[in-house]
Amino acid sequence: MSSIASVFSRPGHKALIPYITVGYPSLEATLEVVPRLAAGGSDIVELGIPFSDPLADGTTIQKASFQALQNGITLQHCFEVAGQLSQKVKTPLVFMTYFNPVLSYGLDRFCRDCAQVGVSGLIIPDLPPEEGDAIEAMARKQGLDLVYLLAPTSTEARIKLVAGRGRGFIYLVSVTGVTGARDKLPRNLSEFVARVRKIATQPLCVGFGISTPEQAKELARIADGVIVGSRIIQLMEADRSMAEVARFIQELRRALDRPDGA
Amino acid sequence: MILNQREAARLPDNRGYFGGYGGRFVPETLVPALDELAAAYKEAKASSAFWDEFNSLSHSYSGRPTPLYLAERLTERGGGARIFLKREDLAHTGAHKINNALGQGLLAKRMGKKRIIAETGAGQHGVATAAVCAMFGLECIVYMGEEDMHRQALNVFRMRLMGAEVRPVASGSRTLKDAINEAIRDWVSNVGDTHYLLGSVVGPHPYPEMVRDFQSIIGREARQQILDIAGRLPDCIVACVGGGSNAIGIFYSFLNDKEVKLVGVEAAGRGLETGAHAASLGAGRVGVLHGTKSYVLQDGDGQIRETHSVSAGLDYPGVGPEHSYLKDTGRASYVAVDDSEALEGFQLLCQTEGITPALEPAHAIFYAAKMAGSLAKKQIIMVNLSGRGDKDMDIVAGALGVER
Repeated sequence: MSSIASVFSRPGHKALIPYITVGYPSLEATLEVVPRLAAGGSDIVELGIPFSDPLADGTTIQKASFQALQNGITLQHCFEVAGQLSQKVKTPLVFMTYFNPVLSYGLDRFCRDCAQVGVSGLIIPDLPPEEGDAIEAMARKQGLDLVYLLAPTSTEARIKLVAGRGRGFIYLVSVTGVTGARDKLPRNLSEFVARVRKIATQPLCVGFGISTPEQAKELARIADGVIVGSRIIQLMEADRSMAEVARFIQELRRALDRPDGA
Repeated sequence: MILNQREAARLPDNRGYFGGYGGRFVPETLVPALDELAAAYKEAKASSAFWDEFNSLSHSYSGRPTPLYLAERLTERGGGARIFLKREDLAHTGAHKINNALGQGLLAKRMGKKRIIAETGAGQHGVATAAVCAMFGLECIVYMGEEDMHRQALNVFRMRLMGAEVRPVASGSRTLKDAINEAIRDWVSNVGDTHYLLGSVVGPHPYPEMVRDFQSIIGREARQQILDIAGRLPDCIVACVGGGSNAIGIFYSFLNDKEVKLVGVEAAGRGLETGAHAASLGAGRVGVLHGTKSYVLQDGDGQIRETHSVSAGLDYPGVGPEHSYLKDTGRASYVAVDDSEALEGFQLLCQTEGITPALEPAHAIFYAAKMAGSLAKKQIIMVNLSGRGDKDMDIVAGALGVER
């Protein structure tokens, strides 16, 4: 069983998956916050490799990526940080980035180096399964889970396609839109999750726009995990001591563990 | 790789690939929309009624066919081959961009999309889109980099006059690349009722094919015109390349004519050696940008590089995938002309012919005039004069140190 699969093997347990951008606001912050996210009850941590043109991201993550690149963050840094973190925390780490940095690094080399530094999976939002053959084979060879995404616009045929090929879990994009904290969950979300559930056997984790414990609680009733990104970045900006982020993660954890309680 | 001419004319394949270039690297949310668009376009492409309407409006609204003009004094100055200009600068709204805007506007109507979004660099595509939306009564939103809004202020005003909303883009380099990012984000968020009217032969499948098809009217006309005027095909066709829509537009009808040399002219900006340029084919390597695999200007880590060109329309770090294919197969060759040479080309055409080119085709004019000198007088060069230069007056005045 992959380390990601084992996260979902506990019956009834809902996965908490925070996202941070590597090198934002600094490399030190990344090294400090991830252990706190782990200690607060995260099940997987997404490490965002910054990209110059993050077209699936809203303003919060755009800004974080831009600033990280301004800080001089390279792929080399990202691998080093992941290596250090995988020594420190048991929580599985996955990289999230756009396809061009991966292609530029070399698909084979990228997958090999991920495995080497202890990264368990890959999420590439601009790589639909139709373009994923080559990297999928290489990821499999290295024991990496390549996580595909589905969106509310995905047709039954596309759900089948991803259900047949996705590894680890399926990333359900909650909204027809880009990343970014939102006040409310979209109305038709549970219908979307149910539509995927009918076809796919993989765990289903919902991301994009999730920013409050109340939303996490709602999602715990229908999905297998939640992914929270922009809100975490905002809290890291607001309070560099990371106390706010740590508290927020604990709140999310509680919400997921007691979806029916107060 | 050896190019099979007939095959080249049939590309892309059903996955949107031109050889190893093209495809669809987009967020999942957009894949169904691209499927819908590809299906709608396939149907339209096979419909004679669709093309009848396109051709009819191209004539009555855009003013086509545009003339093919023998530039005698420019030829004299070049001192060699005869230079013909395909006068896309005379098309309605002042550039070839209207061909694609009209085609996609008709398609959007057919698909029942009421809201149109577009990106623009120099503003020519934005103006063409605003015009077509005004004519069809469609809502129009144009994303434009703040830097470009500043340097192409006249076109911003034109778009607004025609009822378009121009949204400034303040992220990244605040130019065309960032405007495309923002337009894609808008499309991801409003995909149900919105058509993204992309302005060049870039982006995910089916855009490179569709935009090429709408622009290929340029080459179809030019081929017939040169046969009528000169009784033979040209020896060489020269066109500027940013994303590459005017170049593909004029090249496409000549792909099977092996004896016709095809030359694309990229922007060398302040010089290729300075890094401040936009020559994706000349100095880039294969990557993925805005949903398509092609030559891309990027650093060692795959981060997209900031580009520079005096012409906003060429200031783009990627290029259409079909150009990458034509480069690798050797069917077309690509050269680069820098800012000061482009300004020279601009002035040259003003002085010899009384025609003010846009700064984009001024790159092609410079290269063609230079090349003409090395060719015999009986030879023919055809240049795609893709747009007019009214929008560039401030930039040229500034560059020449003229007080206005």
